[in-house]
Amino acid sequence: MATASEVAEQAERDDIRLRWLLSAPALLIVFLAALGPLLIVVVYSFLTPGNYGDVKWQFSTDAWVSVLFERDVFDDTVSFATAYLSIFWRSVSLSLATTVLTLTLGFPTAYFIATRPDHRRDIWLFLITIPFWTNLLIRTFAMQEVLRNDGIINSALQLLGIADHPVQLMYTNFAVLAGMVYVFLPLMVLPLYASMEKIDFRLVEAGYDLYATRFEVLRRIIVPLVTPGIVAGSILVFIPSLGAYVTPRVLGGGTNLMIGNLIELQFGQGRNWPLGAALSITLMVIVMVALLFYVRNTTRSDGAHG
Amino acid sequence: MAKRFDVRRQNGFVSLAILCFFLLYLPIATLVVYAFNDNDSLAIWKGFSLRWFHVAWNNGLVIESSIRSFQIAAVAALLATISATMAALATTRTNPYRGLTFKYAFINQPLMVPEIVTAVALLIVFSRIKIWTGYSGLGYLVAAHTAFCVPFAYLPIRARLESMDLALETAAADLYATKWKTFRHVTLPLLWPGILAGLMLAFVVSLDDVVITEFVKSGGQDTLPTYMLGQIRRGVTPEINAISTAFLLLSIGIVTAFFFVSRKRT
Repeated sequence: MATASEVAEQAERDDIRLRWLLSAPALLIVFLAALGPLLIVVVYSFLTPGNYGDVKWQFSTDAWVSVLFERDVFDDTVSFATAYLSIFWRSVSLSLATTVLTLTLGFPTAYFIATRPDHRRDIWLFLITIPFWTNLLIRTFAMQEVLRNDGIINSALQLLGIADHPVQLMYTNFAVLAGMVYVFLPLMVLPLYASMEKIDFRLVEAGYDLYATRFEVLRRIIVPLVTPGIVAGSILVFIPSLGAYVTPRVLGGGTNLMIGNLIELQFGQGRNWPLGAALSITLMVIVMVALLFYVRNTTRSDGAHG
Repeated sequence: MAKRFDVRRQNGFVSLAILCFFLLYLPIATLVVYAFNDNDSLAIWKGFSLRWFHVAWNNGLVIESSIRSFQIAAVAALLATISATMAALATTRTNPYRGLTFKYAFINQPLMVPEIVTAVALLIVFSRIKIWTGYSGLGYLVAAHTAFCVPFAYLPIRARLESMDLALETAAADLYATKWKTFRHVTLPLLWPGILAGLMLAFVVSLDDVVITEFVKSGGQDTLPTYMLGQIRRGVTPEINAISTAFLLLSIGIVTAFFFVSRKRT
């Protein structure tokens, strides 16, 4: 005879088995078409490039060496691969600039929405959501319309007499930056709003009662309260910026590459799949470091606020 | 009378917010306006016309790639939503068990990895499978889209489930309903708004994808976004504006529907 506790244990085991069964399809599809292939990328980064793309099954660390270093064709000396490093550097600095600019614009916007009367917040929020769900390619293309030599910025500049001939905006770092800020702005506003919505304004009132100025209230009450939102928004903007492919390709032309385009190049004209694989993993490691920073930061701030 | 002191006010925030909304909508508005331009090039406004919508409509490639986009999005969103619903049922309203955190991390993994990295990973694997099996149909695109749609479908469904308590299901079980009957008549109707929201999100995300599709597609398998990307590189006519405008209207329609579905509380 089974005792009551044995029956309960058996029921729990059955429940857990059912739960594994139910999650199996989702786990399987993610493994087959997302996670699994990533592992194969690691393998590919240690192989030799084939003559017409693809790889030869021959172990080699050349790809990894050339991520960082370049070998001089004449005397075989090794030096830093300045071309790749400069692209990495451009990607990181453009992504940081994007994060800072979206924060500068997004913070007041989220605050604005969070301080509207309840029934009107939804409308403002909806206005942020529409661009968010509009195709990224379409938004990038829209930015191109604005930045073109005969686009509205240049037309306005000439109409106002500031410039007498079109200013070249397209295919510059500025264009890529403007495009990324435009495309990723909603990703900053939404998490900021989520944490601002919960601000208890009695704390702000208390601040004013203690003779704080508006700026002091902002700096010492509001900002600390919404730090989780700031961190979440920054991560949500920084990570896709770093891996951006469409925006630099459309707005940056052929010369203002970012890591994403550099990786694509290795699989296209470059015909160096192992190098492309190694660059992909490098990008992923940078992203993981950023995520780790985020996880550490959120757990710490949770602890601080109880 | 003195103006009431507003504790919520911060200097300059309202003007910055207005500027932000203006910047968000200016490019989209420009794009839409120029879709109606009666001129061969984008540059100069020559009057209102629907002619570029006609051109797009009669462009076989546009229609063909749109249909392909819809087919892939429909199948991928459906598969993703079904598996995400099952996974959400398996990972909510339970005591923590071994492997639960692993499941969360696993299911959300496509969100953590830059799209370009997933794209080249799939290119590597699928090109090998194409050689081995000789199959080069739409299956690859459907599989890739399903995988990255799973987390998008999973999140709203899980959120909905977590807000439902177990009392009703327990009551059904007390009345001798089987597990399946309880699910069919109690859980599913309550969960429905979440499932619908997940389905719509997955559909939009699949429809919008450029990067992964660009790398995975075989020759002649352009979706609307990859077709547009190709055209934009070649220099553009207002036809692209017309296509974008139509696409935009569709997205707004779906987002509006999503907004109301996820807002509805029952």
